[in-house]
Amino acid sequence: MGHGILLSGADNIDFMVHGIMKYSFFGHEVWITTTHVCVLIVMLILMGFAVAANRCMAKATEVPGNFQNVIELMVEKLDGIVDGAMGNAAPRFYNYIGTIFVFIIFSNISGLLGLRPPTADYGVTLALGLISFTVIHFNQFKYQSAKEIWVNMCSPLPPWLPIWLPINLISEIAVPISLSLRLFANVLSGTVMMALIYGLLGWIATIWPAALHAYFDLFSGAIQTYVFCMLTMTYISDARNGN
Amino acid sequence: MDFNENFILGCSAIGAGLAVIAGIGPGVGQGIAAGHAAAAVGRNPGAKSDITGTMILGQAVAETTGLYGLLVAMLLMFVKPLLP
Repeated sequence: MGHGILLSGADNIDFMVHGIMKYSFFGHEVWITTTHVCVLIVMLILMGFAVAANRCMAKATEVPGNFQNVIELMVEKLDGIVDGAMGNAAPRFYNYIGTIFVFIIFSNISGLLGLRPPTADYGVTLALGLISFTVIHFNQFKYQSAKEIWVNMCSPLPPWLPIWLPINLISEIAVPISLSLRLFANVLSGTVMMALIYGLLGWIATIWPAALHAYFDLFSGAIQTYVFCMLTMTYISDARNGN
Repeated sequence: MDFNENFILGCSAIGAGLAVIAGIGPGVGQGIAAGHAAAAVGRNPGAKSDITGTMILGQAVAETTGLYGLLVAMLLMFVKPLLP
């Protein structure tokens, strides 16, 4: 951190993404960064949890034990969120919404485990936004005819006068950008805030930052996860029903 | 014209400060949303969970513009795109 940040000589403020090793990929210089490592750790933990859950559910009992109870609760809550937002189209999207919900929320709260949250890197959230964008438009082309899409694209004006088309196109392209930037900026602001507190205050920041962790990591992370999933589901429902 | 590096950094800091003025708008908007949600809960306490969910979703969307201001400020402070 150069002298750009603050004049307090704080050298131990660190919230940037660091490169770990670089290699050449068809002539391009490609870096393996800390984000890759954090995503890998998050993925491994989630995979381990999934395998354990699968083993547990394979020998499920009528009266659930502790772990089976937790799994059933999680799955029922996630399915309930999808049910509430998508109505009778919900069963087709339990998998997708549940997966991104679990991944994003675990990424967001991984700041508590000492990782740099992977969602505080724009590469990760842009990928999530683009996946949602693909799902939205796959459903749009599947459930609406080309004529309906054209009429929607020229929406406030009649379809033979496509003056409004470029503006509607821009608003379509803005969907993944705003989805990903919202998540990215929220998590990044929490990360930067915690790094500033720990870096600038030194020994003063001993126990009370736990309250800030509860806000920035748990509360803000959970809210943003919920918002990402809710917006994705709203856009998918719109795409399926016509606007 | 070429400027001193320190001059550019100082102007970047001023610009970052001006960019986070964008936080005023979402603050007002979220306050309005929360106030109306409180009024709605007072009128119909049975629908508290629905109202809370709608309020949080709307507030998070309203927050986006403020976050764009924050992003611009962070770019100016830490990425320093204006330095030659």
